[in-house]
Amino acid sequence: MKKILIIGATSAIAEATAQRFAKEGASLYLLARNEERLASLAADLKIRGASSAAYALLDVNDRVRYEEVLKEVVKTLGTIDVALVAHGTLGDQKACEDDVDRALLEFETNAVSTIALLTRLSNLFEKQHGGTIAVISSVAGDRGRPSNYVYGTAKAAITTFCEGLQARMFRSGVHVLIIKPGMVATPMTEGLSMPGLLVAEPDRIAADIVRAIEKKTDTLYTPWFWKYIMAGIIHLPSALFKKVNL
Amino acid sequence: MKPLQRIHGWGRYPIIEAEVNAPLVVSGVKSAVANFLTGGMIARGLGRSYGDSSLAKCVIDTRYLNHLLDFDKNTGIVTCNAGISLAEILEVFVPLGWFLPVTPGTKHITVGGAVSSDVHGKNHHVSGCFCDFVEHIELLVSPDNVLLCSRTSHSELFHATCGGMGLTGIILSVSFRLKPVSSAYIDQKTIKAVNLTEALELFEQNYASTYSVAWIDCLATGSSLGRSLLMIGEHATGHTLSSPAKHPITVPVEMPSSLLNRYSIQLFNTLYYNRITKKEVANRVHYEPFFYPLDGIQQWNRLYGKNGFTQYQFVIPKEAGQEGMTKIVKEIAASGKGSFLAVLKVFGKQNDNLLSFPLAGYTLALDFKFEEGVFPLLDRLDAMVLDYGGRIYLTKDVRMSERTFKQSYPRWEQFQAVREQNGTKGIFASYQSRRLGLDR
Repeated sequence: MKKILIIGATSAIAEATAQRFAKEGASLYLLARNEERLASLAADLKIRGASSAAYALLDVNDRVRYEEVLKEVVKTLGTIDVALVAHGTLGDQKACEDDVDRALLEFETNAVSTIALLTRLSNLFEKQHGGTIAVISSVAGDRGRPSNYVYGTAKAAITTFCEGLQARMFRSGVHVLIIKPGMVATPMTEGLSMPGLLVAEPDRIAADIVRAIEKKTDTLYTPWFWKYIMAGIIHLPSALFKKVNL
Repeated sequence: MKPLQRIHGWGRYPIIEAEVNAPLVVSGVKSAVANFLTGGMIARGLGRSYGDSSLAKCVIDTRYLNHLLDFDKNTGIVTCNAGISLAEILEVFVPLGWFLPVTPGTKHITVGGAVSSDVHGKNHHVSGCFCDFVEHIELLVSPDNVLLCSRTSHSELFHATCGGMGLTGIILSVSFRLKPVSSAYIDQKTIKAVNLTEALELFEQNYASTYSVAWIDCLATGSSLGRSLLMIGEHATGHTLSSPAKHPITVPVEMPSSLLNRYSIQLFNTLYYNRITKKEVANRVHYEPFFYPLDGIQQWNRLYGKNGFTQYQFVIPKEAGQEGMTKIVKEIAASGKGSFLAVLKVFGKQNDNLLSFPLAGYTLALDFKFEEGVFPLLDRLDAMVLDYGGRIYLTKDVRMSERTFKQSYPRWEQFQAVREQNGTKGIFASYQSRRLGLDR
């Protein structure tokens, strides 16, 4: 029976992943801000087969609470097989351009908090000598694009941080998975106009994540074709890149 | 205000702009409803009703209210949020030995939608509608009033909400009974009927079968008028509950609407009808191809091109039976406009839900792409259906007149009275309810 910790557990991708783990009979510990959603998610996971589904409230920007919350997680789960770090916000890029505080809050939520959490989790996993830390970054971190570069900057920070962590944790047998989803139909992207053919359902991302954890993949582009789309975008000469408004 | 979204029903007509709010929790539904109180709003799930019944200027999108809340493995009663899909229910419960008590021809609808349309399936003649298996419904009638409706509590509201097209409030959660099965497979028998008369006879002969439905060739004429393939089925026993991996294909873009024309459809129908050469073929198939053949092609609605299409489904009482059906099928065959997706089925008796569609008799459903001459044809069909004492399925309708509706759904006044008592009239309204004279 796997022991799974999920931070940002009520995000659509996290929920779909949790449901897949629940089907396998996992024990889950869910952390998020929305208590109402957490409660119904926990009920849902138990019906789907989870051995247990505990939850607690956590605002990732409330960093002083990390120690206490993680202590409770360890007390409940014991050894953690998988920690999925899935929280995030997709702030309004235009609003961030006019408002310093807003831009910095985006960075705080998507990057600073993740770095802080990963620092604590990595020390915990190092002592366990095993397990997987799976972190949801984004293809948006591969190159800053005018449509979402504040979000992209935060995701780039996470990717780089995790690359370092991967090499460090390798020595203690801990697997660090960097997840880079493309466009996904979730409440976070609700109302955005996205090209239909490229948009994936959260469950497809979840299936890829579960497989990548099993196969101990380092970096997962999901769905797979984003690897090639991003390779194209990264290699676009900047003179051209500036003209095509991506 | 959030930017408007362009939305449409499964028939891709009409396309409207709406303010869409997709809450994650019940408290979110309450605040969304409070925000929309002045505008007239409608709940929308996966957008699979064909016409304009899930369209309004303000839409509460229930797709993210998608959790299972309770399951009693002794009784098979499941309680879930309204926005969870039948596909999810099947995925979770078939491996545990439970199946939907009633399912329509697609699993990509929400439980809330199944209740609002009081959907029927291939077992209507023996099992009735989806709502006949519903224990209770948690219904939001206003931001500060959520009622638990059942046959014994708020029963009038219960019978108005089942099949009520979302016009009585927002369904938050539903408790309904699953049925036990010991296999994910169906023992299917396909029987060839050379014409409509034989098809209707075969339905009667196979009335005891749990599932029965016929694909009918609506373009065949003369002595082949209404030639059909009757498919009957029973849940297999003692077989596997697991399902093979599936890989649906997708229609990527709108196809040119000329793709489906009289000749291509005639060709398809002839090939399809002759795909079995014997009078009768028996085999065992997974429940997916048996119940949901079209779910294997995602977005098949794009096949009809940019003008969209409508599915016309009517029922006529058994007394009108063969005579009525023959006359209507003749009219369709003569027009040359019917499509290849035509389905014939026998219904059992009607239930107590005020706007529920089925009544004891025969139902026929077929697609028409929007092109010149379709509206007048459908008006002619409406008149014939009314003549025989039948009616049109609201979930598929996009064009019936107020007069036709009020004449064929005689309990509409009772329905309105329930809405008025609960203060939901005008608050929960759709393009359809306005067209049918239920709202202004």
